[in-house]
Amino acid sequence: MSEDIQTGLAEILEEVAGVAPADATPEKSFTEDLDVDSLSMVEIATAVEDKFGVAIPDDELGNIKTVGDALSYIQKNQ
Amino acid sequence: MSTSVGDVVVTGLGATSPLGGDVASTWDALLAGRSGVSRITDAWVQDFPAQLVARLAAEPTERLDRVRVRRLDRSQQVALIAAEEAWRDSGAADAGVAPERVAVVFGTGIGGALTLLGQDDVLEEKGPRRVSPHTIPMLMPNGPAAAVGLAIGARGGAHAPVSACASGAEAIRWGLDLLRFDRADVVLVGGAEACVHPLPMAGFSAMRAMSTRNDEPERASRPFDKGRDGFVLGEGAAAMVLERADAAAARGARVHARLAGAGATADGYDLVAPHPEGEGAGRAIAAAVRDAGLTPADIGHVNAHATSTPVGDTAEAAAIRGALGEHVLVTATKSQTGHLLGAAGALESVFTVLALREQVVPATANLDDPDDDPAVQALDIVRHEPRQARFSAAVNDSFGFGGHNIALVFTSA
Repeated sequence: MSEDIQTGLAEILEEVAGVAPADATPEKSFTEDLDVDSLSMVEIATAVEDKFGVAIPDDELGNIKTVGDALSYIQKNQ
Repeated sequence: MSTSVGDVVVTGLGATSPLGGDVASTWDALLAGRSGVSRITDAWVQDFPAQLVARLAAEPTERLDRVRVRRLDRSQQVALIAAEEAWRDSGAADAGVAPERVAVVFGTGIGGALTLLGQDDVLEEKGPRRVSPHTIPMLMPNGPAAAVGLAIGARGGAHAPVSACASGAEAIRWGLDLLRFDRADVVLVGGAEACVHPLPMAGFSAMRAMSTRNDEPERASRPFDKGRDGFVLGEGAAAMVLERADAAAARGARVHARLAGAGATADGYDLVAPHPEGEGAGRAIAAAVRDAGLTPADIGHVNAHATSTPVGDTAEAAAIRGALGEHVLVTATKSQTGHLLGAAGALESVFTVLALREQVVPATANLDDPDDDPAVQALDIVRHEPRQARFSAAVNDSFGFGGHNIALVFTSA
């Protein structure tokens, strides 16, 4: 896993949802652990597209449950 | 006055206004005669006939965490700040009231205008995919009520009266009804407004409703004065916690005042112009006094709606004189706060409660030369300096475009 992606995603999570960077670890569930709601997931997807140039279609967004899911999706599609 | 079972009392107060970031600093600034009005310096204002505004004394985005700032429209931010102060002040959170018996009624005149207009800019510049997913919950006019309800865990209902500049007062009336009908045990009521933006400013200006006394910001809002030429747009919020008197007494709550009665009428006259004799306004005041079980002679003080428009202030003076007589001590606090639209009735109700509690009527600023109108001349309008007085009942009235009239009667605890 690229450290750049991990750091970049942590920055987005902090900005959009107030998640402390130390809490943005791969096993964390967005809804269960980080209190990120569905509207904020949409914001995160837009920010990911801006930062990494990776668009996340709506039907894929529903499959991204954890920080790790997001990291691998970005890495795979970058 | 003593309280009895079924009475409704005010146990919490909150505000964030152009005069201060909380109730205490707002009240101190009011009594000290300070003005919240300033001239806008942004470039967009250059071509505007009216360039004045009463901005918040304490910036809400610096008082809430970043995520809440991001997800809440400014009208919701100020609602939350005022509501949380009132909630803390009441101590109701520690009283063990079931969330299903706690309700919120929070009004706004305009709603999330800054979000609507800001996101329209995003749409025009960047396209639909860039519009924030929080747009709708931020712009909906029930947004302040919903945000406050969520913050205090109210599950007994969250309601949002929308009656332009009477919205904040109407919220207080709804709260009174909810308690009288036993639909809740604790109700957090209030009003919020934050729409300082070129479009609402241009719209109000086009109505010729705003003061253009641009070179004298602090002297621009001058209710009942001959030289008045319109209102000054303000932003902010105010809130109250209401409970039945017996429940408040049982938990040992401190009671600021009683909310003894309310009256609501509609002019049925014109969409925006007030009835020249204040017919509907007078009926609302009379109805509120009757609802409180009082007579006009019992009312010692009126915090008037008086926005500083030429027609509105004289119509209201006629209404007050007709409904109550000439003995009441009248004040118009918009002379210092500006006009907070949907928050005005809530903020002025907080002032009315404090006036009762402290037995002092704040002064109407800038009332140098009272209008020749016979009702204005007849009324005892407190000006220049606050006045100490003995009174046990007071009225706050609010009126909104659309012909909405609300009057509230508060009495000493």
